[in-house]
Amino acid sequence: MVSVAGSARERARPALPRVPALAVFDYFLVGYRRTWRAGVFSSFLLPVLTVLGFGLGVGAYIDQGVGGVRYLDWLVPGLIASTALQVTVGESTWPVFSNFQWIKTYFAQSAAPLRVADILAGHLGFVMFRVLTTIAAFLLVTGLFGALRSPWAVVTLPVVALLGLAVAAPTFAYAASVSSDSWLAMLFRFAVIPMTLFAGVFFPVESLPEALRWLAYVTPLWHAVDVCRAATLGVAPQWSIAGHLLYLVAWSLAGWLLALRAFRRKLIV
Amino acid sequence: MKRFGDFTAVDGIDVEVRSGEAFGFLGPNGAGKSSTMRMVGCISPPSGGELRILDMDPVRDGPAIRARLGVCPQLDNLDPELTVRENLTVYARYFGISRRAARERAAELLDFVQLTERADSRVEPLSGGMKRRLTIARALVNDPEIVLLDEPTTGLDPQARHLVWERLFRLKQQGVTLVLTTHYMDEAEQLCDRLVVMDGGRIVAEGSPRALIEQHSTREVVELRFAAESQEPFAGKLDGLGERVEVLPDRVLLYVPDGDAAVAEVSALGLSPANVLVRRSGLEDVFLHLTGRTLVD
Repeated sequence: MVSVAGSARERARPALPRVPALAVFDYFLVGYRRTWRAGVFSSFLLPVLTVLGFGLGVGAYIDQGVGGVRYLDWLVPGLIASTALQVTVGESTWPVFSNFQWIKTYFAQSAAPLRVADILAGHLGFVMFRVLTTIAAFLLVTGLFGALRSPWAVVTLPVVALLGLAVAAPTFAYAASVSSDSWLAMLFRFAVIPMTLFAGVFFPVESLPEALRWLAYVTPLWHAVDVCRAATLGVAPQWSIAGHLLYLVAWSLAGWLLALRAFRRKLIV
Repeated sequence: MKRFGDFTAVDGIDVEVRSGEAFGFLGPNGAGKSSTMRMVGCISPPSGGELRILDMDPVRDGPAIRARLGVCPQLDNLDPELTVRENLTVYARYFGISRRAARERAAELLDFVQLTERADSRVEPLSGGMKRRLTIARALVNDPEIVLLDEPTTGLDPQARHLVWERLFRLKQQGVTLVLTTHYMDEAEQLCDRLVVMDGGRIVAEGSPRALIEQHSTREVVELRFAAESQEPFAGKLDGLGERVEVLPDRVLLYVPDGDAAVAEVSALGLSPANVLVRRSGLEDVFLHLTGRTLVD
């Protein structure tokens, strides 16, 4: 039997945080306050460059557009979703790995009255915040270029937030489980880049051979691309919206459970 | 008790840390000190046995207990990108402390660990001693009833160690229960009211520093250094002198009640060591006697 008694002196009991995950979110926000300026510049520059390069440059060669829609307008919703994917994976790989291996923030947090689920939810919330702010900037710039054809374009915000969760949660599990950070670069090479190229961002999935098409349908990215495209063009999506959203929710749930298990394995030893 | 697969890190220890006391876990690397600390810190569920912290069950009431604990881990896990002050205010939020109260508390604590002047500088360029003091300040942000310190002064220079000791002593005076691990014997003698010596996951001795010395060592130790390749032949002649004779590669140790008397006896035997040192017995002698001189890695 091991027992440890506290001090005899009466002291004010600290109340536990009402929403502990919010305190964790706060931490990431404080860190972000130091670096956001550098990020803001690139999050406005990136859409300007892609609009100029892909939309207007490449688009000039595509006379009839895609299904009668100007190529730039067709491309922008795809870029909205794929940019969200890039930001999500970037924020869910090295930062998570570092919080276990280098800075060890998660260990410091787990010594406080936070549960593993609070730590996980707080950091996931921050990733979604990063996705939302980046895409808001993207919408602003592309809107000024006249590439958003419907006010429904604002719907892309909750959609990319959901895409962020669907991708971030399993990526957290992966980043928590790998032993070296060189595994993280593999994720970009073998998941992010192929997904970006083949999940309907730059050309319709229907142009792919039948077998490859199914690979595109399996990725969470394609589902977000289809809803975003429907929103900014103001047309009906290829799939049912509920189907798309449920698919992303399923990824989020499965990813959450995997991440929780991976985090517990590391933090509760 | 704590098991990792086939390996038993902590093998059935019985410890009762009382309110307001400074309690130490001593032992060589791998003795099970840190595993014990993690269990007490409620981040590592015991594999067996009973553990009560603040009269609660760590597995069921983890967050409620941790709300009243302060933890200073062996390796600093501060955020190097944040400022000294931000490291404290952010951590305070985890305990449900309001932003305003967190700022006030941070100012108090920075004063307590003498870091007020560095409050707004980033953590990364700080010296090891400053980081350690900040980690200790962070452990106090919730005004804890128990503070856990895993090797609080390892790697610090003497000035920094003394400052840390002095602050810990002040905490003890305020009635905070301190639980610490160390392998510095002077640290244990300075800070601990009671301590246990652990080896191989078990407790091999328990008591106050003074009681342990009385129980496991003699009052004084005579260190004799003979000018020869081997100390062995001389040691044979010293047999029966004092309670125990220990032969090391470079010297012979005599554990005796009265050092000067023993030195006189050594001369009477016709031996003339090149070097003689009479000193008081310390916890280090107890520690080496109980856990052996072999290096553990």
